[in-house]
Amino acid sequence: MTFDTLYFDIGRMDRLSYRETFVHRLDPRAKVIATILFLFTVISFPKYEIVALAPFFLYPVLLLTVGEIPVRFIIKKMIVVSPFAVFIGIFNPILDTRTAAVIFGVSLSAGWISFLSILLKFALTISAALLLIATTSFPGVCHALRRLGFPALFVSQLLFLYRYLFVLMEEAMRIVRAREMRSFGSRGTGMKVFVRLIGILFLRTMDRAERIYYAMLSRGFHGDIPSLKRSRIAFRDLAFMAITIAFLAVFRFLPITEGIGRVA
Amino acid sequence: MSHHIVEFKNVFFRYPDGTEALKGVNFRITHGESVGVVGANGAGKSTLLQHMNGYLMPTSGTVTIGDLTLTGKTKREFRKKVGIVFQNPDDQLFMPTVFDDVAFGPLNLGMDEASVRERVRKALGMVNSLDLQDKPPHHLSSGQKSAVAIASVMAMEPDILAMDEPAANLDPRSRRSLISLLKTFKHSKIIASHDLDLILDVCERCIVIGGGAVVADGPSAEILSNKAFLEENNLELPLSFQGRS
Repeated sequence: MTFDTLYFDIGRMDRLSYRETFVHRLDPRAKVIATILFLFTVISFPKYEIVALAPFFLYPVLLLTVGEIPVRFIIKKMIVVSPFAVFIGIFNPILDTRTAAVIFGVSLSAGWISFLSILLKFALTISAALLLIATTSFPGVCHALRRLGFPALFVSQLLFLYRYLFVLMEEAMRIVRAREMRSFGSRGTGMKVFVRLIGILFLRTMDRAERIYYAMLSRGFHGDIPSLKRSRIAFRDLAFMAITIAFLAVFRFLPITEGIGRVA
Repeated sequence: MSHHIVEFKNVFFRYPDGTEALKGVNFRITHGESVGVVGANGAGKSTLLQHMNGYLMPTSGTVTIGDLTLTGKTKREFRKKVGIVFQNPDDQLFMPTVFDDVAFGPLNLGMDEASVRERVRKALGMVNSLDLQDKPPHHLSSGQKSAVAIASVMAMEPDILAMDEPAANLDPRSRRSLISLLKTFKHSKIIASHDLDLILDVCERCIVIGGGAVVADGPSAEILSNKAFLEENNLELPLSFQGRS
């Protein structure tokens, strides 16, 4: 993937979050809390659990559908980060060789089951996090965190990260393009040049940081980034949270899937 | 109102690396005046502007606005009086949405929510950008960014407006609307630029900086039509004065 496509991909994610659907209109706080609860519920399952995790896919699928987020886009993003999860679990089948089940004469070791469980948990948590970002504007998430009591310094760092991510990427893109235009073939694309480019980018960023700080001082900055309240918790936000919590509690503590299996 | 007089008296400034950027700058700008500051690259224009609100402190000499002299203690007062618009709007618009950015200054002044909203509405209305308020700055065009950057400074209701290359990176039409916008402001204006036609259009007075000092100070029409003098200072006649043969 070239730098340019990577850049436009992030831009796309950002544009998705400015759409207008029911999910987008929910108060960011409601979505942040729901997502955090969802993450904790999913990772609280024991390491050999597979069946009970299945119903949790309902949550991302619903958000995806109601929020009109393209499925392929989210799946692509998940594949990009999947190596982390794969490498965490890849040795389980080798290390944990107890036979856990025999299906059609093939014995399945406990390692494979825990590996599969890790992958499922990974898919659930990453998709939930991605969907939060894709359905909530990033400033919205930051304000939500701030009002939920996260430290001001942490939140302003996040805000600046978001604001200058695009500026910095454009800067890097310009440098990379300038290099490509004058490096014919492989000359000029080696490690040595790359290191220097990073250095230049760093220096430019430092300069920019100083100018930004100057701009902040010019407008009366004295240590804290103030912000206005922008949203109120409405009935639909409470309803959304209540339903999510009920959903999580039911599928976490009651053996629903097993029950369905027995009935069927 | 006679108290918005900006005065530089024998201002010297030396950067920590030893570069002498200003070597005895003297001028006085009275209330409501529009002054263009021109000069070659590296003549000291930006350094001069950075003295206007105490980001840099003169090594010797004094900067005064009204009866206030620039010192470490009066910096904050200076920043309330002088609004600086930067050359690169990306440096100026640091908040995640246009609304937040314009509200940043008024909130720092400690205003309550209702008056902050009112200020933001007024400032954005002034530059015809009310519909942009929920957008993040990276979704704006350069022209929109520069309009919002001006609004973010106007929201502080400064007495004096200082601008560094306001028309850089603007297409001709955005530049034209910026010029008409600037003409509507009744503030004292100090505009540093290489765009001599803009200076000629907006400012009745012009200060030429060369080698860290004022080399000319007078009516724009007079100074900007002196071809020999301009070329001496790495400048040239404004395009509107250049006859096409």
